[in-house]
Formats: sequence, C-alpha cells, structure tokens
Amino acid sequence: MLSKRVIPCLDVRAGRLTKGIQFVGNEDIGDPVERARRYYEEGADEIIFYDITASAESRGIFLDVVERVAEQIFIPFSVGGGIATVPQMREVLLAGAEKISVNSAAVCNPRIISEGADAFGSQAIVVGMDVLKVPVCEAIPSGYEIVIYGGRKRMGMDALAWAVRCQDLGAGELCVNSIDADGTKNGYELTLTRAVVNAVSLPVIASGGAGEPRHMYEAVSAGGASAALVASIVHYGAYSIRDCKAYMARCGAKVRRLW
Amino acid sequence: MLAILEYGAGNQTSVRRALKHLRIPCVITADPATLARVEGIIFPGVGAAGQAMRALVANGAAGALRLAVERGVPLLGICLGCQILLTRSEENDTRTLDIVPGVCRRFEKDLAQEDGSLVQVPHMGWNSLRARAKSPLLEGIAHDAEFYFVHSYYVNPMSSFVIATTFYGFEFCSMYGRDGLWAVQFHPEKSGAPGLTLLRNFYSYCRESRCAQ
Repeated sequence: MLSKRVIPCLDVRAGRLTKGIQFVGNEDIGDPVERARRYYEEGADEIIFYDITASAESRGIFLDVVERVAEQIFIPFSVGGGIATVPQMREVLLAGAEKISVNSAAVCNPRIISEGADAFGSQAIVVGMDVLKVPVCEAIPSGYEIVIYGGRKRMGMDALAWAVRCQDLGAGELCVNSIDADGTKNGYELTLTRAVVNAVSLPVIASGGAGEPRHMYEAVSAGGASAALVASIVHYGAYSIRDCKAYMARCGAKVRRLW
Repeated sequence: MLAILEYGAGNQTSVRRALKHLRIPCVITADPATLARVEGIIFPGVGAAGQAMRALVANGAAGALRLAVERGVPLLGICLGCQILLTRSEENDTRTLDIVPGVCRRFEKDLAQEDGSLVQVPHMGWNSLRARAKSPLLEGIAHDAEFYFVHSYYVNPMSSFVIATTFYGFEFCSMYGRDGLWAVQFHPEKSGAPGLTLLRNFYSYCRESRCAQ
C-alpha cells in the first residue's frame, strides 16, 4: 500500500528561502538547496519549491536553484510559481523537477492543465488551489472560494467545482491550501480537505496550518489526504521531518521510514 | 562505464545525476558500437509505450539495445523501460521489444488497498517490495524499504522472471529479470538511499561480470 507522504514546501524569493504568514511579511530563512538536502536526509518524501517572486529577472536564479537541488536530492520534487506556459514547464522539468505546480495561471487559463498533461503526462501536473472559507451562496455552494495571486484576488469560483474541473482537464494531483489556516499552526482545514478528497479521485495534498505532528496525522486520516504539506513547522526547527513521521507512524498512518 | 540509452526519455537526466552522485561514470548514447562496449546499460523511460517505441526505432536505439543484450551486456530497465522490454503493451496496443516474454497491462479500477480505500491510477508514490527471488540488485537493501513509483500500467512477465512484487489493490510484478538482465517498475533514481543502493549494486555486478570475462 502507498505510504502517506510528508512534503516540505520551500518558498524561494530571489534564490533565498522565505516563509510568510498568511501570504504577507516574508522573511529570509536561508539557502533553499541546503535546506532541501537536509529535509531529504530527514526523510521528506517529496519537496515543493515555489518561486514566490516569479519575475522575469528572478527566473534564471530560480532555475539555478532547481538544478542544484536536482543534483543533491534523489526524491521527486515539484516546482511552482509563475509557470503559465508549456515552454516554461519544459524548462523546469529539464532543470530536474518531476512535477509542475500551477495555481493562478490555471484559474486564468484552465487549458494550461490539459496542455501540460498532454505534453508531460498527468503525473507531472499538480494544481495548487488557494481556498478561502466564505458564506455559502449560489455561485459558491460549498462555501469555499478560489482565490488567486497569492491570496489577493477572490474569483467567485467554487473550490469543489474547480477541483473536479482540474481533474477533468488532466491534473494528476491537487494541492489544497486553506488561506484561513495558512501560517496559523492551528491545524489543517480538515473539512475542506475531506470535501476535496471526496469530490475527486486524485491524490490530494493538504496544505496550510500545520503546527504539530498531530495535525499532519489528522490531514491523512480524518482529512483523507494522500500527503501533508509542511512549512513553518519544520523550517524553524520546532520539529524535524523525522519527528513528524515517527509521530504519524505511532498513530497508525503508513509512512515511509528511513533506512 | 555505463551507458544510459538515448531516445529522449524524460528521466535520462535524473538517472545521469544519480550516477554522477554515486561517482559512476556514464554516457548518454544510442550508438551501437558504444553500447556494445560499455560495462552495462540503463534503459530509462517515462511516458507512453507507443511514442517511446517510435522514438526507439527512429533513432536506432531499439536495434542497438537488442544487439548489446545478445552480446551479454548487462541491462537495467526502469519504469517505461521495464515495460517496453516485454513482448506487448496494452497501452495503445503496442508491440514492444520482446526481449523478455510477457505483456504490460493497465491497472484495473475499483481495486481496494489494504485499508479499504480505492486505488487511484496512476499508482504514484512510495511503496515496498516483496522479494520473490534473490537478486544481487537487492543486496544490502532492507526488506521493507520503499521505492518511488509512477505508472498506470503494470508488467506481467513470464513468472520465472519475477523477482519482486508490490501490493496496490493486488500483487503486481515490480521487479523482474535474471542475471545480467533486470527491470524495475519503480524509479531507483528518485527513491532515496535504497534506490541509489540498487543502482550501485547494478554497477558492481557490471564491473564483476566484465572482470570475469
């Protein structure tokens, strides 16, 4: 049986690692390549890198980070941030990534999902969704709305309907980030996670809100997610990836142990 | 020196990086003379069987590979490479290399995992092996070590070739072969330490078999 995955997420700005709280106030917390290697050695099952500046001038620096990571870590990793075209996808795959994560670009132009899946296979296309809890209304029957541009723009789109659409377009995986929970360390938004898991037959990565290993266990058990994404919980040394996985295993989750 | 078979496979660079990390010299090539001369060949692969077969035939890699295997050059097929070594694939109903007798089939839907959850296709993530036969490639690897898989089709080689199976709704063959000719469904180049050990074991076998000649 497949193991539940633990996926550290590294936000990279101009070649440096940063971590913001609810999408604002980013601070420099180190070298992403060094950090990726440490997480790999601690037992991370996969790593996600986001180029959070994603400007034309930072693109080259970021690709260099991707290449240096690929030379040192021998587990799959995804790359996201400002990727909007098939040639841009090809660029990061050639630099050594296994998967591309698209978010705002997919909402603005859903065809990029099917074009990416056709060109590189569904397994290479992860759709990241930033989701805000809102009052239920006609356009948003689930009470979960899609927002883009790093949480700045509400789209009036229902998150569950979007999740199903992403699946139909050929996405291989969904990374569901709760903006309400992100950075709070109060736990994942389990109701949202479970709702998306039930709506699609794709692997779902729960994101946003991990503050202790128990939250990660909840994401893959009650939440039904295939993977738990972590950031500040491991970035600041509160827990190591190994601590998190050991806890999950003790609770009964199947996780990959290190040898 | 190992050769990575060149035919535009998506993971050839990842394999090269893993070998570089292990300080195993390698070259990416489809040149028949080079392939006949190297100590071993890695046959990578990602993507669809039909398109890969076309690429293999178009650049002459298919013929060069067959020739090298006939001459006894050790071979390791990875993922799609593992599938294409068989006779036929259900993927686009493709006739494949037929170096090992067997067929490649699509995962059935509606199968359940041990915890009752339905399997999703592709089978993507970390899973373990159940050894069915001894292999020098698994030397020094813990019996419950996990490897990284990404695939929608599974191999069904002649049963005498099966080395390990993996459970995903049912037990499918995740590694097959015989001395000097192996194939793995998972990605050793992306499976952390156990995957790197398997690649190193393959290279050690290649060195030893070359010395023995």
